[in-house]
Amino acid sequence: MSWLTKSLNSSLGKKLLMAITGLFLISFLLVHCSLNALIFLNDGGVAFNEGAEFMAHNPVIRTMEIVLFAGLLLHIVDGLRLWFENKSKRPVAYAKVDGAANSKWYSRSMGLLGTLLLLFLILHLKHFWYFSRLTDGLEDHTLFAEMQAVFMNPVVVVVYVLGCISLGYHLLHGFQSAFQSIGWNHPKYSPTIKTIGAIFSIVIPAAFAAMPIAFYFHLIH
Amino acid sequence: MEGNLNLTLKIWRQKNASVAGKFETYQVSGISTDMSFLEMIDVLNNRLIEEGDDPVAFDHDCREGICGMCSMYINGRPHGPNRGVTTCQLHMRSFQDGETITVEPWRASAFPVIKDLVVNRSAFDRIIAAGGFVSINTGNAQDANSLPIPKEDADDAFAAAACIGCGACVAACKNASAMLFTSAKISQLALLPQGKVEASKRAEAMVAQMDEEGFGACSNTGACEAECPKGISLENIARMNREYFSATFSSK
Amino acid sequence: MTKLDAKIPGGNLADKWTTFKSSVSLVNPSNKRSLEIIVVGSGLAGASAAASLAELGYKVKVFCFQDSPRRAHSIAAQGGINAAKNYQNDGDSVYRLFYDTIKGGDYRAREANVHRLAEVSGSIIDQCVAQGVPFAREYGGLLSNRSFGGTQVQRTFYAAGQTGQQLLLGAYSSLQRQVGMGNVKMYTRHEMLDVVTIDGKARGIIARDSVTGALERHFGHAVLLCTGGYGNVFYLSTNAMGSNVTAAWKAHKKGAFFANPCYTQIHPTCIPVSGDHQSKLTLMSESLRNDGRIWVPKKENDTRKANEIPEDERDYYLERRYPAFGNLVPRDIASRAAKERCDAGFGVGASKMAVYLDYAAAIIRYGKGEANKHNMHNPSDEEIQAMGKAVVKEKYGNLFDMYKQITGEDPYQVPMRIYPAVHYTMGGLWVDYNLMTTVPGLYALGEANFSDHGANRLGASALMQGLADGYFVIPYTIGAYLAAEIRTPAMSTDTPDFDAAEKAVRDRLETLMNIKGNKPVDYFHKRLGKIMWDECGMARSAEGLKASIKEIQALQKEFWSDVKIPGEIDNLNPELEKAGRVADFLELGELMCVDALDRDESCGGHFRTEFQTEDGEALRDDQNYAYVAAWEYEKQSKFKLHKEELKYENIKIAQRSYK
Repeated sequence: MSWLTKSLNSSLGKKLLMAITGLFLISFLLVHCSLNALIFLNDGGVAFNEGAEFMAHNPVIRTMEIVLFAGLLLHIVDGLRLWFENKSKRPVAYAKVDGAANSKWYSRSMGLLGTLLLLFLILHLKHFWYFSRLTDGLEDHTLFAEMQAVFMNPVVVVVYVLGCISLGYHLLHGFQSAFQSIGWNHPKYSPTIKTIGAIFSIVIPAAFAAMPIAFYFHLIH
Repeated sequence: MEGNLNLTLKIWRQKNASVAGKFETYQVSGISTDMSFLEMIDVLNNRLIEEGDDPVAFDHDCREGICGMCSMYINGRPHGPNRGVTTCQLHMRSFQDGETITVEPWRASAFPVIKDLVVNRSAFDRIIAAGGFVSINTGNAQDANSLPIPKEDADDAFAAAACIGCGACVAACKNASAMLFTSAKISQLALLPQGKVEASKRAEAMVAQMDEEGFGACSNTGACEAECPKGISLENIARMNREYFSATFSSK
Repeated sequence: MTKLDAKIPGGNLADKWTTFKSSVSLVNPSNKRSLEIIVVGSGLAGASAAASLAELGYKVKVFCFQDSPRRAHSIAAQGGINAAKNYQNDGDSVYRLFYDTIKGGDYRAREANVHRLAEVSGSIIDQCVAQGVPFAREYGGLLSNRSFGGTQVQRTFYAAGQTGQQLLLGAYSSLQRQVGMGNVKMYTRHEMLDVVTIDGKARGIIARDSVTGALERHFGHAVLLCTGGYGNVFYLSTNAMGSNVTAAWKAHKKGAFFANPCYTQIHPTCIPVSGDHQSKLTLMSESLRNDGRIWVPKKENDTRKANEIPEDERDYYLERRYPAFGNLVPRDIASRAAKERCDAGFGVGASKMAVYLDYAAAIIRYGKGEANKHNMHNPSDEEIQAMGKAVVKEKYGNLFDMYKQITGEDPYQVPMRIYPAVHYTMGGLWVDYNLMTTVPGLYALGEANFSDHGANRLGASALMQGLADGYFVIPYTIGAYLAAEIRTPAMSTDTPDFDAAEKAVRDRLETLMNIKGNKPVDYFHKRLGKIMWDECGMARSAEGLKASIKEIQALQKEFWSDVKIPGEIDNLNPELEKAGRVADFLELGELMCVDALDRDESCGGHFRTEFQTEDGEALRDDQNYAYVAAWEYEKQSKFKLHKEELKYENIKIAQRSYK
């Protein structure tokens, strides 16, 4: 397998890894967001809890959870590695940089946005994954009820909204960038990919952000 | 056509590769807006010589935007504020009277400073030597018209081949990545039947050399494409990615 | 006279090269491995020669003063490369290309060399296409051709307006392939400062590493100078800033004759000088004359803007003087005509040293054509303008953009101002049929030699000659010399000859550094340029040339006592490099004037005011001047003339007429 490690360790390979894991995480976001959006049915969390229940016990989903964590870890490790390696390629910094003249700030800040997301994710996992998987909290009350409880704290709500904004910008660059890294750039299809990416980067984080806000303002019971 | 400028120049001065450099500030006055940026530096240099100082060293040769020798990171951008031009074609009418202009060398660990604004770009030559060619000895060629090539492919190959190897892509990239340069050559030759024979070997060898030289990875910010004086497209990087992965996954 | 043997093979003109190739001595592969060749310069001639020789098995070292071999000024050639492929079925042939080149050169080139050039021209295109050079193509996938000045067939291959770049990058990639394989050792940022001769043969060079200032000795069984032309003797030219005559001049001082130094090509369509600060001139491709109309006001010192001058007050002087060829007369004629109008006080622009190149008529013509194509019956003037401009943009967009970038004026709105500028030098080191100079083992290729273009070069022929010399001539002809060198082992550079050469170079550099005068190098270069441009440029006279020789000699003295070079000798020092080059230009400039003074006739790029017809055309003297003037360096300001008689056995000499 040395050819594989060699090619994945090349500058192109590292990007390929980022792209594949990134697209995988994007697919997860879609599932996650769709399921969570069930809360907006405003049925007191019945449908949502059923979904959560299914996800918690289906063996395929349980296996995918492991894959998901592996993918996430790979994305993080590879990302941090790229961030630090790339930084070292310019040991003497420019005194003056007019980055806005040639690129978007968020495309240049993926490492920073990703780190913010990671910090948010740790908090998020503590709030819900830890609660539902590693404690017996679910015996007390449902995940829906836990959400209601967590999102009563205004600080948490603000942090979640900021997390979603980071996610939005991270996706705004990451979505289309992943296709470029894989080598999918075509005058006919790329504009469509970019449009879908932009819509995805706005809709998904907005939907996520709406959840804590909705709970906080008691728009969902 | 008219007007003279008074300017403050903050220029990076560094005696050689082994000593630290620093910025020096110079005032120049009566700069005609018809001058090119390099001619403005000529004016400064002739004054420095007359005053007994060492003139600013900078790379330049053809002064018509094609040799790729001139560099200079001007006010935070390679080749200065205008798109699609090299520093030698940048004219002083693009600046305001009284402006302070910061001039730095290309910054990248793969492009070490030789003196002042002069950097060593021989890494590019080594990337080409690794595989940026078609292995055809003189005299081996068949008749030029024996192999028709779709006009579109020839045009795309030309657009990639227009790269002048100036290094602005590396200078502009936050990762000091040489992917636009490397991909332009890989693309040019991958698009033509003459280059297809060695396409796999070429992609692997050139990427390996590019990494060995110490250039960064690509973050797809697009800064290279935006600052490229010849408008080399990001599509080339995507094509390089395809060529590289299909090579590494399929080669024996 | 006995010294000059051009070694032209016998037989019919068309068979000479074939016969030569079949009979020239060969070097077997194992012997090639122990023969070392030095190539100085990495342009079309140098890169193609180095790559081809390394492919054959020779050990090659390549030197260039730029930071990469890809920077050589061949890269700036715009228009195209000629080849007698006859792909257009329009009657082209090797003979026609040969004939056009000799005629275009005003009958001052060597028949055998030019015929060989035409013979190998087709193989160049094959080779370049095989390397992946993206020439322009038709929709059918085959190569496209365009027409160029001085010919009646379409034989010019091109890659947009960047043909030189694409050809050079092709040769460069072949060169880099050999570098990667270890067959070529590349020395960038190295300047050759002398040729080392041992027992009368070229055996190596002294080069200065520009970064460290260290002087290096390099041995070679043969030395190839592929160092381009010397147009920068005029200070302002379309050459690159670093283009110089130093390598050729050092060779000249070591015994290589310098041929026809006064033959200079002045290109008619360049962007005019805008002020004293100007460091170089930019060419606007000859192709612009296909559609543009050249004019000046009929009124002397007319200060009105171009668009305010009514049609009947404009003098389309080329169309007036040369009704048959109009705006498409050859370069030398178009240049002289522009100078004549400006000198007479009809010039335009702030400097009054420019003429208009006007696209207004072409825009309307194309606009109307487009309207017809689109079945528009009553197009408005605005619509015609817009459509016409779109067509012009597609054809010449990059040139128009370049003009706007440099002048700040929009050529779609106002006529371009143009003026002639020094572009190419037909003269160079004298070489025989094998491209060897008068120093055994020392060769000159490409623009650095004199051989193929006579007194005037046709458009799109420089690229052809550089690549012909490198790819297809030198790999054969060098065998004639090296076959006899197989018993010469690689020499140590630790010999008295190398010692002496290096010491001379070091002494000269130290002398330059120690002058510590008051004037920067550019001061002298500009003054030399002005003398050369005024008296040895587009028009020359015996009186002016005599005065110039004196002026240049005085300037040489002043230079060597008052030049000021800052910095250190052992560091990157562009001023020191420039000083060495200008010192050589000062000597070359003198020889150019001497040569121009000797040639009592007008031919091609050499126009002596005393020798013109009644209506101001060049007057050749075939009786007395059908020779190559090859100058031997005797000592400072002392040059001895040797003549190589030009025999035309296949072409009938005639007066050129374009009326």
